[in-house]
Amino acid sequence: MSADAHDHPSFFQPLPGTKGGLASWLFSTDHKRIGMLYLYCIVTMFLVGLALGFLIRLELVAPGRTIMGPQTYNALFTLHGVVMIFLVVIPSIPAAFGNIFLPIQIGAEDVSFPRLNILSWWLYIIGAALAVLSLVTGKGAPDTGWTFYVPFSAVTTTNVDVAVIAVFILGFSSILTGLNFITTLHRLRAPGMTWTRLPLFCWSLYATGWIQVLATPILGITVLLIFAERVLGVGLFDPSRGGDPILYQHLFWIYSHPAVYIMILPAMGVISEILPVFARKPIFGYKMIAFSSLAIAFAGSLVWAHHMFVSGMSDTAVMVFSFLTFVVAIPSAIKVFNWVSTLYKGSIRVEPPLWYALAFIFLFSIGGLTGLVLGSAGTNVHVHDTYFVVAHFHYVIFGGMGFGLFGAMHYWFPKIYGRMYDKRMANWSCLIAFVGFNLLYFPMFILGLQGMPRRYYDYLPKYAEGHFFSTMGSWVLATGLLLMFWNLWRGIRHGKPVGRNPWGAATLEWMAPSPPPHHNFDAEPVVTHGPYDFTGVKPDA
Amino acid sequence: MTGHNTAHHAVPVRTNLLVWAALMVLTTITVGVTSFDFGFLNVVVALTVATTKAGLVILWFMHLRYEGRVIRLMVFTAFVILAIAIGLTFFDVAYR
Amino acid sequence: MHEHRDYEGAKIGMWLFLFTEVLLFGGLFLLYAVFLHRYPAEFHAAGKELSRTFGTVNTVVLITSSLFMALAISALQRGRTVLSQRLVLLTVALAGVFLVNKFFEWNAKIGHGIYPDSPGLLALPPGEMVFFNLYYLMTGLHGIHVVIGGAVLLYGWHLMRVGRVTPEHFVFLENGGLYWHLVDLVWIYLFPLFYLVV
Ligand code: HEM
Ligand SMILES: [Cu+2]
Repeated sequence: MSADAHDHPSFFQPLPGTKGGLASWLFSTDHKRIGMLYLYCIVTMFLVGLALGFLIRLELVAPGRTIMGPQTYNALFTLHGVVMIFLVVIPSIPAAFGNIFLPIQIGAEDVSFPRLNILSWWLYIIGAALAVLSLVTGKGAPDTGWTFYVPFSAVTTTNVDVAVIAVFILGFSSILTGLNFITTLHRLRAPGMTWTRLPLFCWSLYATGWIQVLATPILGITVLLIFAERVLGVGLFDPSRGGDPILYQHLFWIYSHPAVYIMILPAMGVISEILPVFARKPIFGYKMIAFSSLAIAFAGSLVWAHHMFVSGMSDTAVMVFSFLTFVVAIPSAIKVFNWVSTLYKGSIRVEPPLWYALAFIFLFSIGGLTGLVLGSAGTNVHVHDTYFVVAHFHYVIFGGMGFGLFGAMHYWFPKIYGRMYDKRMANWSCLIAFVGFNLLYFPMFILGLQGMPRRYYDYLPKYAEGHFFSTMGSWVLATGLLLMFWNLWRGIRHGKPVGRNPWGAATLEWMAPSPPPHHNFDAEPVVTHGPYDFTGVKPDA
Repeated sequence: MTGHNTAHHAVPVRTNLLVWAALMVLTTITVGVTSFDFGFLNVVVALTVATTKAGLVILWFMHLRYEGRVIRLMVFTAFVILAIAIGLTFFDVAYR
Repeated sequence: MHEHRDYEGAKIGMWLFLFTEVLLFGGLFLLYAVFLHRYPAEFHAAGKELSRTFGTVNTVVLITSSLFMALAISALQRGRTVLSQRLVLLTVALAGVFLVNKFFEWNAKIGHGIYPDSPGLLALPPGEMVFFNLYYLMTGLHGIHVVIGGAVLLYGWHLMRVGRVTPEHFVFLENGGLYWHLVDLVWIYLFPLFYLVV
């Protein structure tokens, strides 16, 4: 540990005068400890989801049965989706890095409601436990896909009841995180931390918080309605009882389209932190980026039915939602332009976090552009529910949010642990993962254009080549990611100790000791300059 | 802490009673008008009255009148989002 | 560590929570709007089956309870703790009256064989089925909120008695009150939609 640790015990150590121990973590109200709990859980769940995805790909390496039967396959892709979306991606950056760094970045001691914060983590754990329970109880693991579409989800005999309750509880956990962050940003900014001095990561969490608070309840009521349909026979989505299944899709996507911005906005925030630091230059268009976060959050609520172009909804709706979808792409594009302009003429220092950020920009751009292909109603008819969609959302979610998360891990690692990982190894793992990623998902665009439907257990021989390459890619990707986690793990234990500011960043967390002490700062900081003003800021030697 | 500006703003008893009386009157009206049939406008009338009542409850009973701009803007946003969700859905269901 | 008493922050947090409640019900209101649009005649017919008297009485009860709640806060702010405690108890008592009424109302309907998945309900035209399904779902979810609200207020009353909610620090009661008004607010819409727009 660094020299600072002597006078102020770091948040890893017991508070002076207490014994510490497991309970001091599980019931901690310290935002940093809660963030760490989330981080470890999310990484664990990510590895579980990764293994499931790996198995799905293995089954698809060749036509016909390879390693599992069709029912197992259906259960696996459902579980893969539920784990990745609800247990990894939705909480991911906000719950882990947001919790650890949002209060520090604004010069606060903690979030506004520390006890709600730990409650939110416990709800996450309960939700995860129920998700596991849904596998082993009832009549078989859910096989509906993560979207729980009716009518199938209302009639399947598998254990959907427990799974949707799990989703309900996880949603509540997400709401509490968002509520906490919004309030914290309004109330606990240090003196001098005006809204326009707020780091862009905080801005992105603010916008995300609003989506969490306003969109998630709709998911809550939607899954409760599935429950009501199955258990009470209410049947609002059942045409034989006067109901309408398309309304399920409306409600589901009224949440789930905004939810994709819950996933991506925080990652965009991370990228906006990393780029200026390694370009040694103020970010280009600070206000535009901050504002576009809010614009994305708002416009994201206008486009949900682009998931439903072929559902049987009215043609008018198809036209309106297709148009609105194009509008929402604008603020995302603004961000990409700003990032690229930040790099332009910067004095770039190439370090692992920057590699991850660059990978993010590349992959997210492909994902976003293919989103436009999907968003125009004409082309959508051709590729809806094909591998094209699978490729699109993996590029945005995994390539975007995922690489953003890895970037955050490499950027804030020295701050959290007071040590540095092996940078060469980090660069290699980034490269391998990047290559593997493209090998895995790019063929899916082609498969999709050729007509390969998603969620199929088997396929025609003409798709064999693409599937084969894709499975190869999954092996390369998995290798890169395992190397990355192993390297970080080794860094935690054996890395070279670092000081407060190894990257030479200007946001407040880098003024605090590494790792930060329990109350973050020796004294409440007073902020006198913007977050990307590097005058006089130098990396520690 | 700057938050104490509204902390001790006690709403006078008389105001509360007046709001209650207005709510009662509106309830009487909304029940009363059901003996007339305005056709399609029935819903409009009922919802207008309900929204007026809701406004009274939010502004006075829930003290929104006495809150700062931030909270007022937040409340507004929440209702806008709800209106968007319901409104845009009608691009589908009204044109099917 | 000094204790934070961020009054404004606590209120912002509570309002944000109320938004989640509004949108939770909002999903159901969305369904109601769509189905009313689709089945106006059936909703008209089915709505006639509900007792307007029960509905009106419960509206008066809830609005009055909201008044008591508002008065309780004002009383506490003026330092009249005992009066405030009594008003909170009155609020909770009216919540009880509401629930008892609701019980009789549901009971009567169920007695007539109209409840989700019942043969009686399934024999009705599709639009009426939807109406009653929505009726049970929405008033049921609202009823749950009445119970929770009542419990929160009782706890607030307890906190006043043990001196943890005081004329200086009453944010718990104020937030409980906000929750209670929200319950009232939802009912203000449910009442015309189910009992009057027919
Ligand atoms: C420029 C921005 C984007 C546009 C225009 C866009 C457009 C679309 C469209 C039209 C679909 C539906 C395709 C279909 O089912 O036929 C879709 C699917 C999807 N998108 Fe995007 N998208 C964008 C960004 C994102 C982002 C940022 C994420 C997540 C981080 C995301 C995640 C998803 C997911 C998960 C699905 C598939 C859901 C499913 O059916 O399982 N999208 N996108
Ligand atoms: Cu979407």
